[in-house]
Amino acid sequence: MHTVEVVDAVLVRIDPQSAEPIAAQICFAVKEAVARAKLRPGERLPSVRELARELAVNPNTVVRAYDRLTQDGVLVRRQGAGCFVSERKATLKDRERRRQLDAALQRVVTDAFHLGLQAEDVRRAVERALADVQFPTDEKKARRSI
Amino acid sequence: MTTGEPAVAFRDVYRHFGEHEVLRGLSFAVRRGEIHALLGRNGCGKTTALRVLLGFLSPHRGRSEILGVGSDALTPADRGRVGYVTEGHQLYPGMRVREVLSFEAATRPRFRLDLAERAVQRCALPRQTPVIKLSRGQRAQLSLIVAVAAQPEVLVCDDPAMGLDVVMRRELLDVMIELLSERGISVLFSSHILTDVERIADRVSILHEGRLIVDAAVDDLKQRVRKRSWRPSNGATAPPSLPGLLRARRTGEGYDLTLVSDELDDGALRQLGGVLGEPVVPTLEDLFLDVTTNPADGGILSRATDAEVSA
Repeated sequence: MHTVEVVDAVLVRIDPQSAEPIAAQICFAVKEAVARAKLRPGERLPSVRELARELAVNPNTVVRAYDRLTQDGVLVRRQGAGCFVSERKATLKDRERRRQLDAALQRVVTDAFHLGLQAEDVRRAVERALADVQFPTDEKKARRSI
Repeated sequence: MTTGEPAVAFRDVYRHFGEHEVLRGLSFAVRRGEIHALLGRNGCGKTTALRVLLGFLSPHRGRSEILGVGSDALTPADRGRVGYVTEGHQLYPGMRVREVLSFEAATRPRFRLDLAERAVQRCALPRQTPVIKLSRGQRAQLSLIVAVAAQPEVLVCDDPAMGLDVVMRRELLDVMIELLSERGISVLFSSHILTDVERIADRVSILHEGRLIVDAAVDDLKQRVRKRSWRPSNGATAPPSLPGLLRARRTGEGYDLTLVSDELDDGALRQLGGVLGEPVVPTLEDLFLDVTTNPADGGILSRATDAEVSA
């Protein structure tokens, strides 16, 4: 397990032997760091070379992860300057966003059921997860920045 | 030559030494910009394949190409576009590190002395020390630096990590990653250190008894192959027969099954009866052991890529 330190916060952890492709692991780690405000809008990410060396992975893999994050609107690429965390913005319609959220929650709830957990366990787990994430205080303001 | 051509291609290559057939119809390709690992047990033909590729050995049948040029027709200019790092690390033992760099800079037109100097500094290689007094790991680093600073379009490495301990391997990997980020080159390297391969390779080929039995993207392997334990209910002792079964390894109570998930038929799995364990992702090492110790089932994972190689 290897980690990258960015402003005292562990940004990316990967497990090369996991079933999840390394690029997908990097993508999720960056998204998570943004949601938890460990990485803030406008902050620069490590260069491909820096991250590839720190994690001891193929630079092509980091390029793929950054490409995907750029496509997803999590990062913006500035020519010659690298990749930066973009201002949070919603590119999808409200209905589609709710649909995706519902689908993700269905999976969580179903897994919890088969793990033999109770509804209250799920509620508490959701609360704990929410506590780690910093949502913008004013949703309308966040949307205006589209 | 167009950029659409693969960096490296083997097309049905055969090579024997006396009675001993080492390569028996080897076919695969390394795409541009790809890091491709060639794996196999000792004596499976990895070194022979790389020597054929570089034109040091002639194949008895078939052909190989680098950057679209036949291995038998490589001109000195073509060779200038190819870097080669061997396990023996071909360096003059009496030269000091700094002399190696200036020698290479003077004899190879595309050699980037600045890049090499920076890499030497970062690895803390002692510039005044003769090659012969360097550690194995340092020699491996230096030969990799020298090969890459010449700015090859394709880098071929024959087990560069052979004989290195875990710290030296990490340092070598570090040099490789650094140099790869500098320039997007295509790499074909043979290795037996599977954890390194898991980290760095885009694609792996496993050579067994002169043929490829696996040729697949690393991510693809991870997503397609699963291991599950199986305990038959009726105390049956025969291994199950299933589509997509790569290997069944006998355990105390039943079998450990290695399965290719997308060829699996759920119905067939259910019909097995007994107790099936949760699917687990095998490490590359597990998979390597499975395929190289069970050649009869080989080939399943390379099927999907045959078209790409011959295309």
